[in-house]
Amino acid sequence: MDKSEDSLTWKDLEIGCVVTEPGSASEYKTGDWRSQRPAWDTSKCVKCGMCYIFCPEGCIHQDSEGYFEADLYYCKGCGICARECWTGAITILEEEE
Amino acid sequence: MMSQRVGIEISLAVAEVAKLADVDVVAAYPITPQTHIVERLAELVANGELSAEYIPVESEHSAMSACLGSSAVGARTFTATAGQGLELMHEVVDVAPSLRLPIVMAVANRALSGPLSVWCDHSDAMGVRDCGWVQMFAENGQAAFDLSLCAFRIAEDPSVLLPTMVHLDGFSLSHVIEPISMLEKDELEGFIPPYEHPFPLRPDKPVTMGAFAPPVIYTETRKAQEVALRSSKKVILQAWKEFGHRFGRYYSPVEGYKSKEATTLLLTMGSFGETATVAIDRMRDNGESVGLINLRLWRPFPFDEIRQAVRNADIVIVFDRCLSSGGPGGPVCSEIRSALYGEKKQPQVVSFIGGLGGRDVTPDDFVNVIRRGIEIAEKGSDEEYEMIGVRE
Repeated sequence: MDKSEDSLTWKDLEIGCVVTEPGSASEYKTGDWRSQRPAWDTSKCVKCGMCYIFCPEGCIHQDSEGYFEADLYYCKGCGICARECWTGAITILEEEE
Repeated sequence: MMSQRVGIEISLAVAEVAKLADVDVVAAYPITPQTHIVERLAELVANGELSAEYIPVESEHSAMSACLGSSAVGARTFTATAGQGLELMHEVVDVAPSLRLPIVMAVANRALSGPLSVWCDHSDAMGVRDCGWVQMFAENGQAAFDLSLCAFRIAEDPSVLLPTMVHLDGFSLSHVIEPISMLEKDELEGFIPPYEHPFPLRPDKPVTMGAFAPPVIYTETRKAQEVALRSSKKVILQAWKEFGHRFGRYYSPVEGYKSKEATTLLLTMGSFGETATVAIDRMRDNGESVGLINLRLWRPFPFDEIRQAVRNADIVIVFDRCLSSGGPGGPVCSEIRSALYGEKKQPQVVSFIGGLGGRDVTPDDFVNVIRRGIEIAEKGSDEEYEMIGVRE
């Protein structure tokens, strides 16, 4: 759609509010929900990928050196990665305003 | 006319409509007093008379969920339920109009538990009053047949695309054998055009249906749905008009019987309208100025037609088969009062509740209701409504 979500009128909506563009859910910034975020200590990380496997949002990926990081556009700060990290490499930090 | 007037159980006649409409999918769970409708449909599919997919689901929640899916791919979809079944289905009932899926559903009206009752009243219908479906009430077998047929055309009209419920009173309609003028398939030619959803679920052109709506867009979605429902009245009137022209039976949102110059009007919905005509005839013979209004279209509510129908009356006595617990009394009466509030000339509106859980209401009872209603209108009452036939 050409208009941004907050300028759409009821007449702009497709019938039944059908979304005609596949994959548009990726535009939804679930990172807005976050009050905490994960931080990796690369000295403890063994690149096992447990955080990547357990992330319910699928927002954790490897960087060029093979360490893991979260895409903060989507990361909701749920803390599951820190809970599952068996080497204790992930700490959860408070998001500050 | 090729059509034949035959004695047939009304449930079977409703099943026959689904066959005439050549439905693609029926997903239903049998529940009294709707059972004969879906049993007959299962039989028609099993014996090859109806080429459709019959999905024998494990609950009404699943029935309506399956209906959503089939209607979403562009299949003509029918289901039927009653009472507790409609309650169990409720969550999904709301979804159908929001996705603009034109499912047609017959509801054989039944009282709600508890105590458990399989008999008729309109409590089940009132539970889904605000769900966004087009809703109409049949007063006899012929109307159940005709309205169900029109329901497919109304629901699937490209400017409507809304699910449609046809209410027929449990047992007193669903299980009664009446003479009904059935129509043949070739007579129907063109009356129900093929169903086409503008965005069906198809692998070659993927769309998302039923996405969530954050606060920034939810209100707009409801407005769009509401405008569609209110605008559907034009299509409903046109469908009923064309039905009348082609098949000789005319329907309107509000039906009057000896009502034009009557000073006192009784208003009913559903099959009690038939019983009440006997009471009206008797009182007319007695020289009393009474008439009957039968409400056929429940949603979208026919505000103008109601105002027009009662414009010469001093008293309107509304008879509800449902109790809005702890509230103003009868749900139909609430709507009538709302429709008339603020009008220059307002009749007095008196609310009665009766016929709950299958309790019979006879012509004599209706005479008493009208007499008591006139008395209340003249002398006033401390109560919001009066319940008739209850043993003190």
